[in-house]
Amino acid sequence: MPPRMIAVWCPDWPVTAACAEAGTSDEAPVAVFTANRVVACSHEARTFGVRRGLRRREAQARCPELVVLPRNEMAEARLFEPVVLALESIAPGVEVTRPGLAAIGVRGPTRYFGNETAVLHALSRAIGDTNLLIGVADGSFAAEQAARRGVIVPPGESSTYLAELPVSTLDPSGNLPLTDLLQRLGLRTLGAFAALPAGEVHARFGPDGLWAHRQAGGRDDRPLAARKPPPELVATLDLEPPVDRIDTVAFSARATAEQFIADLAGHGLACACLELSALTENGEETVRRWRHAGVLSTVDVVDRIRWQLEGWLAGDRRPTGGVTRLQLVPVETVPLGVHQQALWGGSGDDDERAHRALARVQTLLGHGSVLVPVRDGGRDPLQRTRYVPWGDEPVPERSPEQPWPGRLPAPAPSVLIDPPRPVQVLDDAGRPVTVTDRGAVPRPPARFVLGNRTLAIQHWAGPWPVDERWWAPDATNRVARFQLVDVAGRAYLVTCTTPGARWALTAKYD
Amino acid sequence: MFDYRGVLDLALRETLTGVADRGHRRVPALPVTPALQPLLPAGLRRGSTVNVSGSMSLLLAVLGAASADGAWCALVGLPHLCAEAADEYGIDLARLAVVPQPGEGWARAVGALLDAVDIVATCPPARVVPGDVRRLAARARTRDAVLMPFGDGSWPGADVRLNLHDAEWHGIGEGTGRLRRRRVSVTVEGRGQAARARSVQLWLPADGGGVESVDTNVVALRAAG
Repeated sequence: MPPRMIAVWCPDWPVTAACAEAGTSDEAPVAVFTANRVVACSHEARTFGVRRGLRRREAQARCPELVVLPRNEMAEARLFEPVVLALESIAPGVEVTRPGLAAIGVRGPTRYFGNETAVLHALSRAIGDTNLLIGVADGSFAAEQAARRGVIVPPGESSTYLAELPVSTLDPSGNLPLTDLLQRLGLRTLGAFAALPAGEVHARFGPDGLWAHRQAGGRDDRPLAARKPPPELVATLDLEPPVDRIDTVAFSARATAEQFIADLAGHGLACACLELSALTENGEETVRRWRHAGVLSTVDVVDRIRWQLEGWLAGDRRPTGGVTRLQLVPVETVPLGVHQQALWGGSGDDDERAHRALARVQTLLGHGSVLVPVRDGGRDPLQRTRYVPWGDEPVPERSPEQPWPGRLPAPAPSVLIDPPRPVQVLDDAGRPVTVTDRGAVPRPPARFVLGNRTLAIQHWAGPWPVDERWWAPDATNRVARFQLVDVAGRAYLVTCTTPGARWALTAKYD
Repeated sequence: MFDYRGVLDLALRETLTGVADRGHRRVPALPVTPALQPLLPAGLRRGSTVNVSGSMSLLLAVLGAASADGAWCALVGLPHLCAEAADEYGIDLARLAVVPQPGEGWARAVGALLDAVDIVATCPPARVVPGDVRRLAARARTRDAVLMPFGDGSWPGADVRLNLHDAEWHGIGEGTGRLRRRRVSVTVEGRGQAARARSVQLWLPADGGGVESVDTNVVALRAAG
């Protein structure tokens, strides 16, 4: 039988954290967004029909007074820290699934407090007035489900309890194709799925399916073959000199995390539960266990390092010195076959060398000094290039593959001037060149003044009016683009903003 | 009909390749785009210093094929690069890192990058200590990387110098058309035996971006040194 666990679950934790951070009252309808989709919403908002996964516009249509907040994962980790400390005061070995959801084993504290009810009393006293639900069941999946409904499942009845739940509870984020498939097959409850023979499930759905099947049956949501990892898989990072900034630690830890995942992979293992400890120069230590629904990737490990340090630095027992040592211990591992790392996760030798060198340069010059250019969507050349700090995920904000009517055709300028530099464009008589309301140029440009240099214009093209965001209330300015070529054969992209004929150099065709 | 021009091209290419390769270790060179092969017949030799001047586009064109082939590139202290232009020249942005303002740590940053990155293009600060020049060139040599100083040819001791000049834009008039392509001359000069300055005519950028050769043959300009 799987070990009995107590899970605590804070409903709508992203909302609570974002509200606390933004100073908004959580009485109002609030929704937290990532990438324009609802990640979590308050109870108020839910009564209006706001749901996870809705687009912002749709959510606002359902509830016009909706307070829109961005997701703040750091705040979530920081504010969850007191809850984790409270759990730790009851029993060591807290397993944090993510900020907002954590679990402890029942066996130890039950011995200490006498019975389960006494443990729960002690727990609610320790937690104080944080709004959360507690559930007790066998196994952490069942305990999580119990916590979501605030029930105590008697020992040995977890499978009966789980049987009535819908199949979609297996995957609250809706990412797995499995749950959708099961529903279409007519298996609407976990019980119906669990009733299938395990062998058949394995044959049809693979290791992922088998795992879900075991979870659904409440038999054992532990990995299929939990192995005690050999000690050399523990990864340690010594920081010299001590580092007191989270981003720097997380950054330095990246290579260690990669090594950690790669070492495990070398043994055919992947990590499902990780113990992370950090030590400061004055001997303070933080130890925490992080469980993951699937297996931890490098990015996940680095995220958890960030979260843990964020919570630690913001808490009451904040360290007095910089971090000198970071240790990653794989507490639970699964055979790699169950969850193979994505193909693009693996990198060759050259890539790894380059990653290390760039990491070194970044530590040398500071965070944000090494950037990666990303093609982005937009009409303006400045919008079409975005720089992200090395280590962050290089994803475009808007798709560059969309047609973006009105953008400049290729070839693109090679050098961008950001921010655009004010210039003067003059006609023959030395008067500023203007663009009329109808988009005509009454007097052709003849010279332009760049800093203290005056360049004669040989060729020019334009004006190309920029017809963007005309509906916005602040869009009283009209912008037109020009291409200019000076007598030396150098080409420039300039914009003219009317009224006022303010000219600016935005890019060079160098 | 006998193909005189083809044979001539081939003979010329073999001569140039032989000259460029003489006396160096045989590490596979980094490839260059076909349009630039008359200038760099052996590709970008690893461990060498290639000075690029006159145009950012030329630099991107030189990096393009190597990057597409899997090489890592870093740009240190160069002007604000347009990702789209880099993409047009075939540079893989996933293997490109940019250090826009290295400041005081310039030499150390370039040195650290030479250890692991295949091509490091950099705009040297106004005053470079001669010691740094020697150290960085030696670092590139031992690490089989390519150091690519970008500037007005002020880098002493470069193995190859590429310079863009006589640029002429096509497709743009007085209030009509747009910038379509640019005809340029690129001159290459080398050191030692390979010191015959050659010049080619290129479309840089060509129609729709990228680099293409204008259909003329390699012209030997003068014998240098």
